[in-house]
Amino acid sequence: MVNMIRDRQTLMLFGGVLGLLLLATIIGQLIKLRRRNDVVDNLNARIRAWWVMSAVFALSLLTGGLGSVILFAVLSFFALREFITLTPTRPADHSALFWVFFIITPLQYYLVATQWYGFFSVLIPVYAFLFIPSRIAISGDPNAFLERSSKIQWGLMVCVYCVSHVPALLMLEIPGYAGKNARLLFFLVVVVQLSDVLQYVWGKLLGRHKISPVISPSKTWEGFIGGIVSATLVGTALWKVTPFTMWQTMGMAFIITIMGFLGGLTMSAIKRDRGVKDWGSSIQGHGGVLDRIDSICFAGPIFFHLTRYFFT
Amino acid sequence: MRRFVAKGVVGIARVLAGGNVRRVGFTPDERQRIYFANHASHLDFVLVWAALPPRLRVITRPVAARDYWDRAGLRRYLGVKVFNAVLVERNPTSGSQNAIDVILEGLGDRHSLIIFPEGTRGDGSTIAPFKSGLYRLGKARPDVELIPAYINNLNRVLPKGEFVPVPMLASVSFGEPMHVGEDEDKDAFLERARNAILELRQW
Repeated sequence: MVNMIRDRQTLMLFGGVLGLLLLATIIGQLIKLRRRNDVVDNLNARIRAWWVMSAVFALSLLTGGLGSVILFAVLSFFALREFITLTPTRPADHSALFWVFFIITPLQYYLVATQWYGFFSVLIPVYAFLFIPSRIAISGDPNAFLERSSKIQWGLMVCVYCVSHVPALLMLEIPGYAGKNARLLFFLVVVVQLSDVLQYVWGKLLGRHKISPVISPSKTWEGFIGGIVSATLVGTALWKVTPFTMWQTMGMAFIITIMGFLGGLTMSAIKRDRGVKDWGSSIQGHGGVLDRIDSICFAGPIFFHLTRYFFT
Repeated sequence: MRRFVAKGVVGIARVLAGGNVRRVGFTPDERQRIYFANHASHLDFVLVWAALPPRLRVITRPVAARDYWDRAGLRRYLGVKVFNAVLVERNPTSGSQNAIDVILEGLGDRHSLIIFPEGTRGDGSTIAPFKSGLYRLGKARPDVELIPAYINNLNRVLPKGEFVPVPMLASVSFGEPMHVGEDEDKDAFLERARNAILELRQW
């Protein structure tokens, strides 16, 4: 497991996040002085939640890796709980769901913690994929069988398999980067989340032309372009903490932000189909856990595999 | 120790079912109340209990079936010691005390109660007609407020006939206090009470 690096670079990263949070808080309070409405209240609620989320994330990194594995395992569990809540299941799915929540999900993160890459990468797409429909078939209820099986499989893929690729970054052996993988995790999460925030900010400031009004009324071309460009630039500025060159970092940051956008859009489409605005209400101002990590679900595995293929 | 266990049970309920509570014209306070809810899961009373502020939990007792809860081991410990349940006979034999009297005794002059007037667990899709107990309690204790509570989705966490729960977001909605009207007859009141729960569905 990675030893957490209490050196200057790491302190600067945390300092940077702290600075951003302070800046956001001051701006939020200034806007509140001039104008009060629901949008401003929601903005400040979001900023407050960001303090908590950043603190939890920083703490998980400081534990030397295991903390991040546990943090993302917990996030997966709650995200999957939100997903299954909005997915019509039948009583015959009960046993399969029990396995999904209490056996497969912990096992996946156990494989991350023990860095068993071979099994980690096939547990859900191979074993769980075949297990779930078999278990439902044994229960003997054929109503909407394919639909029920695939929805559970899909939830497991997105909420557990995809998300587990974030702490799995700790298992990559990058030449000359030993013991520093926690920074890769930091890089990914900061770029994805910053991209979400900046798309929101640019969208609120300049947003006119909607990208897909039916699926996500708040996503605009102005927000998309502004957010992607500015988050890619901030990501590029972090290149010294990554194992990549500056141009490689820029490419990675760009791909991460695009994947994050696609994740948000795809998960919105599911929400629209189910007729809800948010997946849950557990994070004030943000909605549910899945609303916050939908972009990570898509960016995590791609970033993991690009790094693994080109740099290990 | 019991408080600690109670906290643990509430914690487990939160991890499994979330902590969503909605209050529609209901403010929790120390007044004596009878919370009546739809019933589809063994966890129902835990969720209603957990939805109350901690200071009210200690005075709130679930009404539960003796044949299920009064068995040696964990169930009796949880039911009797931790939740201080009022246990009633489902199939009264001659000589056993009348269930309503047992419940009124359990209510006393400071406790609140959680009851499930359907009498048994349903499959979660419909709410069965109410048994008369709620009406008789309301008649016997007109000073006690009757609070409708709708439990949503908990039947998917632990459906009838299953032994292990799965995580699923559930919620409890409390509605406006009710009383039995002065010259309201039994069936009219029971239907009104049942409708009060059905109305909470839309919240």
